[in-house]
Amino acid sequence: MSILVNEDTRIMVQGITGHQGSFNAIQMQKFGSKVVAGTSPGKGGSEVNGIKVFNTVKEAMKEDPNATFISVAAPYVLDAAKEAMYSGIDLIYILTEKVPYQDTMKIVSLASKLGKKVVGPNGPGVTSPFTCKLGIMPNQIFKKGNVGVISRSGTLTYEIVNLITTNGLGESTVVGLGGDPVTGMNYIDALEEFKKDDQTDAVAMVGEIGGTAEEEAAEYIKDRFNKPVVSYITGRSAPPGKRMGHAGAIISRGKGTAESKVKALEDAGVSVASYPYEIPSLLKEVLK
Amino acid sequence: MNLYEYQAKELFKKFGISIPVGKHVATEADLQWNKFPVVVKAQVLTGGRGKAGGIKFANDIGDLQAKGKEILAMSIKGLKVRSLLLEEKLEIAKEYYLSITLDRSTKRPVIIASTSGGMEIEDVEDSKIVKYWIDPTLGYSSFIGREVSFKLGLSTEESKQFQDVLGKIFALYEGYDCELVEINPLVVLKDGKILAGDAKVVVDSDSLFRHKELFENPAERTELEELAFKRGYALVELGGDIGVIANGAGLTMATLDGLTLKGLKPKNFLDLGGSDDVEKVVGAFQILKEAKIRGILINIFGGVTHCDTVANGIAEAKKRVGINVPIVVRLSGVNEDLGRQILKENGIESYSDMMDAINETVKVVK
Repeated sequence: MSILVNEDTRIMVQGITGHQGSFNAIQMQKFGSKVVAGTSPGKGGSEVNGIKVFNTVKEAMKEDPNATFISVAAPYVLDAAKEAMYSGIDLIYILTEKVPYQDTMKIVSLASKLGKKVVGPNGPGVTSPFTCKLGIMPNQIFKKGNVGVISRSGTLTYEIVNLITTNGLGESTVVGLGGDPVTGMNYIDALEEFKKDDQTDAVAMVGEIGGTAEEEAAEYIKDRFNKPVVSYITGRSAPPGKRMGHAGAIISRGKGTAESKVKALEDAGVSVASYPYEIPSLLKEVLK
Repeated sequence: MNLYEYQAKELFKKFGISIPVGKHVATEADLQWNKFPVVVKAQVLTGGRGKAGGIKFANDIGDLQAKGKEILAMSIKGLKVRSLLLEEKLEIAKEYYLSITLDRSTKRPVIIASTSGGMEIEDVEDSKIVKYWIDPTLGYSSFIGREVSFKLGLSTEESKQFQDVLGKIFALYEGYDCELVEINPLVVLKDGKILAGDAKVVVDSDSLFRHKELFENPAERTELEELAFKRGYALVELGGDIGVIANGAGLTMATLDGLTLKGLKPKNFLDLGGSDDVEKVVGAFQILKEAKIRGILINIFGGVTHCDTVANGIAEAKKRVGINVPIVVRLSGVNEDLGRQILKENGIESYSDMMDAINETVKVVK
């Protein structure tokens, strides 16, 4: 099996007529995902590569979507997520970057009360080769396998997935949590899913500076996780107080350093790589 | 985005939070005041200005002008003092602490309060700190103010004023999409009145589309960062001498880390993002041309980005920008072979593996 997405995932794209929306809707189709509907207010009745476009989510529900891909502009993300939740969508992936964090906080808080899952914002989504891709990860880097991947980055995730694939291993599901200070799913949520997943035998956890999510994940791995984990943490050379591209990648008031994350993970028995290329060999080691 | 104290206090005033009588002064000619003593406070976006001599008392007009000029000429932690805040000297009885900030772990705003104010909250012992986490869906309500005041053990009169301030700073926190609103010290005057002695406000830069009246404070960026910002690039200056261009924040950081582990010092973080644009690549070189560097490492993993586009950008930059330090390129992913061919035709060697490129960088700059 996979986590979060599978062959029954029916994707709706909110903002499907935009550049990102249409491009990624088609890429998801090519990957094998079921993209069943799109929304774009005022453009209802049109189509994007055979996908029906509706004015509202309520109308799009005719096509029975159960997951949404939100790629509307940052000021409208809160509204789009609420629109999806009003219609009972279970899984909400937000691609958009630069969403005000207080909006994200509201989305995440509402979703948890309603029992919905949120992935992102500002991340590459979820991919399970080759049953479903909900997001923007490049189609060509995957191979079906038994390694689960969790990361806060985009391109660095692709780099690591590509290394796993080209070194003869493969992925069960890859989850991109997003680079913002507040995101829907975090490492622990994803680890809980991988714990129950028969297809996953080991997890590669890619972390970065900022916040304490990796440290919390380390605690979880130590006491409550049942599979081997390897890790790579980036931002060792980042100075305090500077945002390294991602809104969430900042060491503030002494918290969120790479050293603290590496130490917490190593204390939890996780092998931590110094360079990305070491990940496949660490995985082979723990999968023996 | 950090606000200066005087800007933060203007917002406090707007939300009805009591502040000392004061005046913002940007030039020596404006160094006027009529009730002495007066406090002269440097306006800089860094802590520790008191210790650095950026806060002084003046006893008469001559004293004010002398000390005002002196502080205006100062730099604190590398930041030039651009203006001053003059304020009445307060008759302080007690100093408390109050802030609202994001708790990333719980994904909720947290109220932090203490009757031990006037020092860094990190230095206050936990038993003297009261915290209250706000549910983002339910929001703030008066009972929270009552609960926090009870826990702090405030007197009835103080409690009433404290709850009023707390309700108002929460409105400011939400209304201006703040990452932090901090009052340290929250001053209790000898006559029992409570007011905000200092004010620190950090606004979420991603929310500025809703707050058009706030201007970005450019003082937070170095010259190189400012240049990059104006041209639409995410650049952070790090102070070393190896220029770095990569795509994606995570991969860019990994590149910096790789260089650092190999004993080199990167000059900058520069993320090209996911754009597929020759001119964007050329522009990145134009920015690095302004920096003092010994070499440039370009690290591209083409997931969505096309390697041939980046290669064309590098070739264009070589012709037009005139970079006279060694350039090392790593290209992997979409259209990698085509990209490498383009570079070869332009006399640039490239690598498929990130480590090979890092090792080559070490070699060529030594």
